[in-house]
Amino acid sequence: MTAQVPEIRISQPQFQPDAPAVQGQNRASQAPAEVSAIRKFLLSRSDSALADRCFHWLMVLCALSIFAIVVLIVYALVEGSQLSWHKFGFNFFFQAFTDPYTQLKTYWDPVNAQFSALPFIYGTLVSSFLALFMAIPLAIGLAIFLTEMCPGFLRSPLAFLTELLAAIPSVIYGFWAVTVLVPLLREHVNPLLIKTLGWTTLFTDENPTGLGFLAGGVILAIMILPIISSLTREVMSAVPHSQREAVLALGATRWEMIRMAVLRNARIGIVGAIILGLGRALGETMAVAMVIGNTPEIHRSLLSNGSSMAAVIANEYAEAVTDMHYSALTEIGLALFLVTIVVNGLAQILVWMVTRGAPAQQR
Amino acid sequence: MNVETYKFRSRMRAWTDGTVTALSILATVLVVAPLIAIFAYLVYKGASSLNLAFFIETPKPVGEAGGGMANAIVGSAVLLGLASLIGVPIGIGGGIFLAEFGRGTKFANAIRFTGDVLNGVPSIVMGMAVYVLIVRENIPFIPFSGHFSAFSGGVALGIMMIPTVCRTTEEMLLMVPHAVREAALGLGVPNWRSVLSITVKTASPGIITGCMLAFARVAGETAPLIFTALGNQFWSSNLNQPIAALPLQIYVYALSPYDDWHRLAWAGSLVLIILIVLAVSLVRFVTSRGVLKGNS
Repeated sequence: MTAQVPEIRISQPQFQPDAPAVQGQNRASQAPAEVSAIRKFLLSRSDSALADRCFHWLMVLCALSIFAIVVLIVYALVEGSQLSWHKFGFNFFFQAFTDPYTQLKTYWDPVNAQFSALPFIYGTLVSSFLALFMAIPLAIGLAIFLTEMCPGFLRSPLAFLTELLAAIPSVIYGFWAVTVLVPLLREHVNPLLIKTLGWTTLFTDENPTGLGFLAGGVILAIMILPIISSLTREVMSAVPHSQREAVLALGATRWEMIRMAVLRNARIGIVGAIILGLGRALGETMAVAMVIGNTPEIHRSLLSNGSSMAAVIANEYAEAVTDMHYSALTEIGLALFLVTIVVNGLAQILVWMVTRGAPAQQR
Repeated sequence: MNVETYKFRSRMRAWTDGTVTALSILATVLVVAPLIAIFAYLVYKGASSLNLAFFIETPKPVGEAGGGMANAIVGSAVLLGLASLIGVPIGIGGGIFLAEFGRGTKFANAIRFTGDVLNGVPSIVMGMAVYVLIVRENIPFIPFSGHFSAFSGGVALGIMMIPTVCRTTEEMLLMVPHAVREAALGLGVPNWRSVLSITVKTASPGIITGCMLAFARVAGETAPLIFTALGNQFWSSNLNQPIAALPLQIYVYALSPYDDWHRLAWAGSLVLIILIVLAVSLVRFVTSRGVLKGNS
């Protein structure tokens, strides 16, 4: 019964747009919804109904475990954040405190049981949007180059390189950032920014370390680039070749062809890819925790220290002193979870919308 | 439109085209440059500090030169082994359900969507959930609960593997032609046997590489381990005790002020990267070979 099944090669004379690296969200929806009549007939003739049913339910159980995981995560986070939720309510996300001794404004003071998520939300948003600001043009440029301009011999190595960029663990990015990027920013980039753009008050020289929002943003940009660009590439190559050819036949230059045929058709998918990148940036932990400075403060300057939601959890959760501290951190985690769920869900739907109707593509 | 305007316009169009081409080449260079910088730096730093001691010694106390990360390598192996034990069977099972039983149903679509979304949930949130569920409370019937342990770290990593394994398994199974399944059923093979011995076996190279991909992804995870496996400076392979892990050790050493520890962290990063690059290249090799191309 366990006979070796030979390699199956069925040649397909169908149209294949130059074999893009499809991540694969679309193939499932292209599969025929119904099993064939032959198969139904054969299944109904099967002798081992009991074993088959057991197997079926075992597989259902495995699939259900995905739901179970989500339910358990929600339960754990809601359960863990009760204390802080009852004490602060929605104010947890907006409030600020006054330090009883120094009379300064504080947001996060575990010793005096004063907790507010505001500086962390601010840090997460600033670093993520900074990253998007830097990554979007680069990612789309890379995707355009790879799908429309790249000579064939370069395409596959470049795609592989960017894939590799996505596979490097974030702790290694963080280590690289600490040893190479932060000194570079400190010595060369930051002074230049202060000199040229200091008048915007976005760049001030009160923080000489080189750590801060900008360092976090740069490392995040490097990390989300491959995600955005590979998905953008996927939706771009889902645009039928006939569209490109039609525009070219009207006498368009290559850029006009890309703008009219490719970008216009793929725009929803590109937005989806960007949102997916945002989701990744919001939840990225280690690299950000290593370079953002980890001080729960809000500054206008992009060069000053801050902290992010994921970073504060990574730094304080294992050593939370009081139940309240622990509960406040869990509530930040819950907020992070809900935000990433919404952002990712939205992105998935957008990407699906584009790739669903795409021509059949092989990996 | 006179000739002059026409000439001007076409020159402008050609110029714009050239500019965009130049810009996208620039973007490509800007993306590839940091990658090469990171890799070159990593190989340079890592290779100069890799030695035999790295693989066979445990960390020395601060101030003493030498030492290695043998305990972290063993710890990572234990954690990843446990994670694979949890993540691979459940993930493959879920994938089989999606591809063989639930195809086209609303239920399967819901699971597929949830899996994709779960894939994007930050790893630190997974770690938090495991911390609340098994590390913090001493729950009866759940072994090793109530304190930091290797077991909880393995569970956190295993949970993260499930969605990836599940989705790749589904992808691979969908590529197996219907004719193969029907041939097996036509010979009177029970359905469960046909799924396991025929469909899954045909797709096995793809499924294995999917598992490797998930494996490579969790191999570098640090965030969920901080408050589950915790880390350990000494030898331990006990599931009931805190255990060292390579990424965790790299994190601790990277933020330390000692050159010697930095050296070890670079060596550790190089080992981790080599592991991951091998896995990713294997995935690419197998999926591009096209053994499984055919009608679904």
